[in-house]
Amino acid sequence: MITFMNNSDSEEEPCNERTSLMSAESPPVPSYQDGLQASEAGEAQARSSRSPNNIADGDMSDSGVPVRESALENEEEELTLKYGAKHVIMLFVPVTLCMIVVVATIKSVRFYTEKNGQLIYTPFSEDTPSVGQRLLNSVLNTIIMISVIVVMTVFLVLLYKYRCYKFIHGWLILSSLMLLFLFTYIYLGEVLKTYNVAMDYPTLFLVIWNFGAVGMICIHWKGPLQLQQAYLIMISALMALVFIKYLPEWSAWVILGAISIYDLMAVLCPKGPLRMLVETAQERNEPIFPALIYSSAMMWTVGMAKPDTAARGPSQQTWDAGLLACHSSIQSKTRSPVSTRPITSFEELEEEERGVKLGLGDFIFYSVLVGKAAATASGDWNTTLACFVAILIGLCLTLLLLAVFKKALPALPISITFGLVFYFSTDNLVRPFMDTLASHQLYI
Amino acid sequence: MGAAIFFGCAGIAFGPALALVVLTVAAEPLRVIVLVAGAFFWLVSLLLASLIWFISVHLSDREDAKLQHGLLIFGAAVSVLLQEAFRFAYFKLLKKADEGLATISEDGRSPISLRQMAYVSGLSFGIISGVFSVINVLSDSMGPGIVGIHGDSPYYFITSAFLTMALVLLHTFWGVVFFDACEKRRYWCLGLVVASHLLASGLTFLNPWYEASLVPIFIMTLCTGLWAFFTAGGSFRNIIKCLSCKQEDDSRVLMYSALQVPLED
Repeated sequence: MITFMNNSDSEEEPCNERTSLMSAESPPVPSYQDGLQASEAGEAQARSSRSPNNIADGDMSDSGVPVRESALENEEEELTLKYGAKHVIMLFVPVTLCMIVVVATIKSVRFYTEKNGQLIYTPFSEDTPSVGQRLLNSVLNTIIMISVIVVMTVFLVLLYKYRCYKFIHGWLILSSLMLLFLFTYIYLGEVLKTYNVAMDYPTLFLVIWNFGAVGMICIHWKGPLQLQQAYLIMISALMALVFIKYLPEWSAWVILGAISIYDLMAVLCPKGPLRMLVETAQERNEPIFPALIYSSAMMWTVGMAKPDTAARGPSQQTWDAGLLACHSSIQSKTRSPVSTRPITSFEELEEEERGVKLGLGDFIFYSVLVGKAAATASGDWNTTLACFVAILIGLCLTLLLLAVFKKALPALPISITFGLVFYFSTDNLVRPFMDTLASHQLYI
Repeated sequence: MGAAIFFGCAGIAFGPALALVVLTVAAEPLRVIVLVAGAFFWLVSLLLASLIWFISVHLSDREDAKLQHGLLIFGAAVSVLLQEAFRFAYFKLLKKADEGLATISEDGRSPISLRQMAYVSGLSFGIISGVFSVINVLSDSMGPGIVGIHGDSPYYFITSAFLTMALVLLHTFWGVVFFDACEKRRYWCLGLVVASHLLASGLTFLNPWYEASLVPIFIMTLCTGLWAFFTAGGSFRNIIKCLSCKQEDDSRVLMYSALQVPLED
């Protein structure tokens, strides 16, 4: 889900380059100090929530105010695009890192490619003799999994709507505890087994305790931004590995397809749960929620730090194992740029924070796709790389649509569609072609 | 032994490409996007070519080795032509994007020039083409095995690495020349690029006769490199200036004149 939130992210406290700790609480609403500033910022904000097509129709008359308004709009539009490329890269890097971790683990640790049972969410086995039966079982598994996700999402939205914040926080803390301690323990155990490294229990306890405790603090409270991001990438990778291990073959592909359709509907339909979540959050002027959101916010102010234009993105990143679908969201936070005003010579140009947020569910499903391609494709690296490029291009296109539409958009559909198309076509068409060429040492 | 071969061949094949990416592309977000999108375009062209080859193989007699070899040559030629067609399509897309970026920016110039995009798109085609050709070979070179035990050449890995390096560089140069030719509508240049790509691919059919395939390909790489250098505006003087690291004297001279009241009409 990509949202374009203007009103709900302004904070009170000034923030300069030295402030590297990012609080996890909801940021308070700003207080405008200067009346003129407030009116101009308000105008610019209201304008920025319109579609960019209106900019072209801006009134270019001689009167000072409309010209300045359209100039402000143009500048905003340009800033959107100038920073647009930077944001794409700010999302490329973590998505790539997550995928690298997952693929490296899949290729080296055999535990995650061994079949050792299935999740209770996918009860039907795929060890059936006929193809039709197998297909039916995978479709049934998908239906069950998606219903579980829908139910959890609706439950979460209801909890949020009726302001049961303590319950949500408790739920999220429990699930991140499980991820940070239990899954990390299992992962570390398997990696040590693969490389035949012995580790005694006291050392193991120390390592896991430190890792988990710092992770809990970073994710639920305060911590350096980069450490938070690193922890989020790690828990997404761990979750993706769990899915790759426990989802049966065909079910995994059908689930990936179904969840992108669900994401599309949940975010774009008027009564979709995710859209209601976004709208409720916007009404209450709160950032979307202590859900799993990866924030790539960079913040810097140049010149005088003005209280009302301080940039600090809320970084509530908590994870719940059941709330996968909620977090397929990208949010682009933009602030109306404060331009140099010709009327006062004391104000300096300030750079604004522009952070993009991507839900952790998106990280997880991207990594599941690439990891499954690495695990099961007989074309080895070609298929993995093709899926990787497809997902990155899908992400790029989604961010482009975000810049155009400026509202909540789902991040899964385009990437997963490209990924699936490339997976199946590369595995079945490109692989034999490239293998035959390579065996004759031919280059195209 | 396996790891040494792996790292050595990987370094040979992707060293120049990695250096170019790290030094020129990685710092600029727009260039990274152009790089990834170029890889996507190349992949789509490969997909279509594989589809054509796959269909032709399935429609034909599998047992006939000569026919299969002929179909492979046909498939490779179709793939080359499709790659160039998609390079043209990418050129059109980048040109439109360039115009869009120029209209949106403050001073009317886009933050990335078409020449830079030509270079990055050529590099992206080269990298993805090289990776797809050689990555499975590289991953096999790590594991246990003996090269050429059935009578094939024992120099398979190293020659593959050198061929990949040549291919990466060739794609980069072709990208520069191609975009420039499209921009200036010099269609004979376009034809020459396509022909040289076909020639390069065709020369690899002479493998394992490496003297006949590797040497001409490297000569072609050198010539195409020089062609791309001169197309991009380089010249002998530029090289001398760059190598001598001389600070260029500012030839602009500022003249201060007494303030004069402007004549009123």
